[in-house]
Amino acid sequence: MPKVSMTVNGNAVTADADARTLLVQYLREGLRLTGTHVGCDTSQCGACVVHVDGKAVKACTMFAWEAEGKTVLTIEGLAQNGKLHPMQEAFRENHGLQCGFCTPGMIMTAVDMVNRKGHDLDDPTIRHELEGNICRCTGYHNIVKSIAAGAKAMA
Amino acid sequence: MYNFAFHRPTGLRQASNMLGKLEEAKILAGGQTLIPTMKLRLASPGNVVDLNAIADELSGIELKGRSIVIGAMTRHADVANSDVVKQHLPALAYLAGLVGDPAVRHRGTIGGSLANNDPNADYPAAALGLGATIHTTKGKYEADNFFKGLFETALGADEIITKVSFPLAKKAGYEKFRNQASRFALVGVFVSKRGSEIRVAVTGAGSNGVFRVASFEEALKKRFAPKSLEGLTIPATGMNSDIHGSAEYRAHLVGVMARRAVTRANEFAAGEGED
Ligand code: FES
Ligand code: FES
Repeated sequence: MPKVSMTVNGNAVTADADARTLLVQYLREGLRLTGTHVGCDTSQCGACVVHVDGKAVKACTMFAWEAEGKTVLTIEGLAQNGKLHPMQEAFRENHGLQCGFCTPGMIMTAVDMVNRKGHDLDDPTIRHELEGNICRCTGYHNIVKSIAAGAKAMA
Repeated sequence: MYNFAFHRPTGLRQASNMLGKLEEAKILAGGQTLIPTMKLRLASPGNVVDLNAIADELSGIELKGRSIVIGAMTRHADVANSDVVKQHLPALAYLAGLVGDPAVRHRGTIGGSLANNDPNADYPAAALGLGATIHTTKGKYEADNFFKGLFETALGADEIITKVSFPLAKKAGYEKFRNQASRFALVGVFVSKRGSEIRVAVTGAGSNGVFRVASFEEALKKRFAPKSLEGLTIPATGMNSDIHGSAEYRAHLVGVMARRAVTRANEFAAGEGED
């Protein structure tokens, strides 16, 4: 099988990938980074969101080879030196998760939101920006609260 | 998904040659439609020709005279956030910001959307509703002659869209009633007024893809106001009918969305302060 190489969470990595291997499969099965989830596999739920060259994308809707040579950030790359990223900490503080399945995608989407929209995010903005992320547990209320708090904490 | 071979041309000519020579070849632009379609095995190309290695050459947004010219590989997010588009054609920026969701908009491209001509996609409504010109490796098409029905366009098998030119309109607006799950338009209506030319283009509703509504255009000629469309409807024949909505429902929505699009166009024009 051909190899695909990229930088993931700061490390140069190489793993096998077919032409049809999706980026999310490459991360989960090739690199054993199972923090990135597959919820729907149809580009709707956002459980698979990672950053490619600094932009949030759905890793179930991109081939691994499309990320050849690119820089990828997954949920595993957020915590530094054993300390949770401020957005992760905010989700914990504000009870922003229940089962946790959607959470990696929610947090990667939230960090992308802050990168694009700044640290002062109001409720309508956050809710609108979450249109590509689905949560079956929380009712979103605490997710929105977590993101507003996390955005401030990232300042 | 069936496996395939992929190719990453580094020039436009090389890309066209590949499309001409390779069997069952498909272009990959943003992949936000092609990949889901391949997963469903609705498409199973033997060869995928990826344009991302030449994305720089095919991207960009420029004000040229009385038009905005957008490179085919420009992502939806870049159109939605472009200052030039927001200032001169706010309806187009607004429309781009309604495609999919933020992550999809980071990948999806304007050229891909137009070439695919999904009957529920947003961009075909903007192209037809503004009378855009679609430039390709072989020439150019007026939007009126470009869309040929469901997933069909005037493009040849080895022809690639390079850029799209949108004439500035005095007034333009878009309104979309979307499917909550897919974010596609159940019905979307784009309206514009440029001099005496009025356009009303509808996506999502027609069983043969995007189309214009002559009766609405005629009515708006007298006065470009939602009131001019009051009481006007279009027949349900030729409308899509599926689990998301009946033909009658879609026909009704066309009227509602058209009135709202006119309102929005007038608001954009008032807020913009120029023209
Ligand atoms: S798994 Fe990618 S969007 Fe649901
Ligand atoms: S916490 Fe369970 S899906 Fe969101």
